[in-house]
Amino acid sequence: MTLKHGGTRRHGDTETRRNRHVSASPLLRVFLYLLPLAFLALFYFYPLFSIFRLSLAPERQPALTALRELVSTPYYVRTLWFTIWQATLSTLLTLLAALPAAYVFARYQFPGKSLLQALTTIPFVLPTIVVATAFTSLLGPKGWVNQILMVILGLDHPPINLLHTLAIILLAHVFYNYTIILRMVGGFWANLNPQLEAAARMLGASPWRAFREVTLPLLRPALTAAALLVFLFDFTSFGVILILGGPHYATLEVEIYRQAVHLFNLPVAAALSLLQIGCTFGLMVVYTRLQKRITVPLQLRPRRITARRPRTRSEHWLVGINVAVMILLLVVPLLSLAERSLSTGQPSYSLAYYQELSINRQSSIFFVPPLLAVRNSLLFAGTTVGLALTLGLISAWLLARQRGHLGRLLDPVFMLPLGTSAVTLGFGYIIALAKPPLNLRASPVLVPLAHTLVALPFVVRSLLPVIRGIHPHLREAARVLGASSWRVWLEVDLPIVGRALLVGAVFAFTVSLGEFGATVFVARPQMPTMPVVIYRFLGQPGAINYGQALAMSTLLMIVCAVGFLAIERFRYGEVGEF
Amino acid sequence: MKRTILLFLALVLLVAAGCGPTLTPALTPTPSGPRTLTVMTHDSFDASQEVIAQFEAQTGATVKFLKSGDTGAALNQAILSKDTPLADVFYGVDNTFFSRAIEADIFEPYASPALADIPDELELDPQHRLNPVDFGDVCLNYDKAWFGEKGLTPPATLEDLTKPEMKGLLVVENPATSSPGLAFLMATVGHFGEDGYRDFWAKLRDNDVLVTAGWEDAYWGQFSAASDGDRPIVVSYATSPAAEVYFSEGAYTEPPTGNVLGEGACFRQIEFVGILKGTANRDLAEKWVDFMLSPAFQADIPLHMWVFPANPQAELPEVFQFAETPPQPAQVSPEAIDQNREKWIEAWTETVLH
Repeated sequence: MTLKHGGTRRHGDTETRRNRHVSASPLLRVFLYLLPLAFLALFYFYPLFSIFRLSLAPERQPALTALRELVSTPYYVRTLWFTIWQATLSTLLTLLAALPAAYVFARYQFPGKSLLQALTTIPFVLPTIVVATAFTSLLGPKGWVNQILMVILGLDHPPINLLHTLAIILLAHVFYNYTIILRMVGGFWANLNPQLEAAARMLGASPWRAFREVTLPLLRPALTAAALLVFLFDFTSFGVILILGGPHYATLEVEIYRQAVHLFNLPVAAALSLLQIGCTFGLMVVYTRLQKRITVPLQLRPRRITARRPRTRSEHWLVGINVAVMILLLVVPLLSLAERSLSTGQPSYSLAYYQELSINRQSSIFFVPPLLAVRNSLLFAGTTVGLALTLGLISAWLLARQRGHLGRLLDPVFMLPLGTSAVTLGFGYIIALAKPPLNLRASPVLVPLAHTLVALPFVVRSLLPVIRGIHPHLREAARVLGASSWRVWLEVDLPIVGRALLVGAVFAFTVSLGEFGATVFVARPQMPTMPVVIYRFLGQPGAINYGQALAMSTLLMIVCAVGFLAIERFRYGEVGEF
Repeated sequence: MKRTILLFLALVLLVAAGCGPTLTPALTPTPSGPRTLTVMTHDSFDASQEVIAQFEAQTGATVKFLKSGDTGAALNQAILSKDTPLADVFYGVDNTFFSRAIEADIFEPYASPALADIPDELELDPQHRLNPVDFGDVCLNYDKAWFGEKGLTPPATLEDLTKPEMKGLLVVENPATSSPGLAFLMATVGHFGEDGYRDFWAKLRDNDVLVTAGWEDAYWGQFSAASDGDRPIVVSYATSPAAEVYFSEGAYTEPPTGNVLGEGACFRQIEFVGILKGTANRDLAEKWVDFMLSPAFQADIPLHMWVFPANPQAELPEVFQFAETPPQPAQVSPEAIDQNREKWIEAWTETVLH
């Protein structure tokens, strides 16, 4: 554990030399490496350049002038400032709420653990408007929290009013992003050798000191990676700010949407997008530098060794409190949605809204039988998972080997899509992907491609800490024993990386099911997914429409949970054990 | 690794070169096989299968719909793809976006013979680049049960909203992010005039008006008749009470909500269809425009989109007896809207939100 990064780098170098020696075709490798780069070039940089060129050129206004104008307008400076500090605060709160749970999930076995883990990821896919109604039914003026408080405190008006406050923005950000910390940090933590901390305790360190000086440094790569993702999600927050935060709050993303869609002021939208991308890039450069200093080779252990049932009273309390927080924060709002999808008035509970889903009462041409919507969603999600994992593995490998200038440049580049406004990219597709052979604007193919762009950073971020942490001795030992580089990868690297790969798969699946990114802003082909169906129902008044929207949302939750459980059950030899 | 970078750069250059400013028509008609007509529209568009099948049978073509977000987003995409159009026809430009669409010069003139049956006041473009298909009124809805329980008289005019007993009852959509929100702002501009509307909104602000981003979160999130919210007055459509009856599965025989129809309290949105410049299917596109204005399609409009057909002869469904039309909707011309949209929204933001 005392290896400094200098030592690691030396190992890395010998490794690359050897690999070059062993593997037959460096050309093949170059080709592989080019895949993710070409993907980004075609579906990220090219559309983005196209929309920027169109937006900024007609005014004969160079990007820098536009940017300078923005940062001298007090309103935009305030918006930028709010965007940054609310994201920082949200990230800290999410860490605070989810880290204890990550520890509990890493170190303890208890009944219902995998189900609970699946449930915590569901918020991620729910449309904000649906989450907003769940929050209103719990915390609104007629919600039961207020009703109980009014009875207890003897008040005649509801004491809690969170609507359109900063508090509800923060709460919603924790609600949505809790799972990122839980899965990425918890997953990594589960494979850390618990004996190290035990040894420190044996030598007389207090629990806090053992955590701070032994576990925390080992955890840091996964911790910073997860925090970075949470930050970027909060930084580009859109629906939460617009709907729950109300008209007094705006992030850069909200302002870009307003400028591009409602005012059609493309130069301002483009300049704001540039500002947003610039911030993301800057943050990533800092992150990559930090990352370089904190990566250490790890002794990773299969999780069946590291987790056990809670024994002492305090361990039981620890697990119990964390489970209770998760249920209150994450599961209860979901259950309240499911409950409302069943409450049909007369009789008080029935499946009427679900039955209605498969009846095309108005013989609408846009009617989608629920199973078809589920199938479409799964088809896009499956493709996204496949694409994101393939490209993500290659990218992570590429990044793990590049520790010089190229690595420092490439790492931020892979993260940029997450910090880029969805509407900007969506409009970019309209202009850029207009000509054969890339005439994809109205093709269903564009959907998983756009989702992959958002999913890729997740896969890369969950893989990198593990790949960098693989002890070089393991690979060297395998090679000394005569394994080819392919075999080393299959038998040493893959099993160790497997767990992180599954975490990446879960997020890729989620990103696609929840329709993240630019697909909301491009012309949709006639393959409606579950979120599209939910929005269709929410577009018209009437109890049946709302009931069906909730029924579809509940189906979305179920499909999601089943998907997560299936991905987690996935085992290939030792893959997933780590 | 240098090689990787070089190859990467080469690839980027290749892509950039391949996609230079050469113009290739996006929609080349296939000489053999059935033809396809692509209709670009907003997310609220809907029609029955039978009606679309009727058009397909008449023309032998297949109709493909591209839904592209709300009215603003869809129109912007049509403008952005001007050089290589995504579709042959665009439906859904309304009078608040009318001037943006005309100025962007994305439509070809076509005077459909079917326009003979459409009232003149709905036609805004003398060159017939945009032909009116339907209209609907953005109005205030109130929760009848709520007002009944409190023993309060529901508002009848815009002025009523500023009364002290209406404090904390109204929820409106932000005109900067919502189409009905913008329409309601237009109603107040039309009714109180350029000099008076800010004053009215200042009174609404003092009367604790709630502002949401869009119709969905106002109606499903705050409106007491449709959600757990506690606001009994909402900016919605004059047809919403009828839709509440229709989509209640027999639970209501009378609307649970009412309209505020006083003078100038509503704003009329007219929706238009137009043939996109550069279409390779001009003949089919013309037939589609004729078809949208024909009795078959016009009669299909009310139950699918909850607006009124432009053709007054089209038969209305029974439930539309509850869809009231305001006697005197506010009047603001598309040119005035286009010239002042940003200014009015800014003034509104200044008055209500700051």
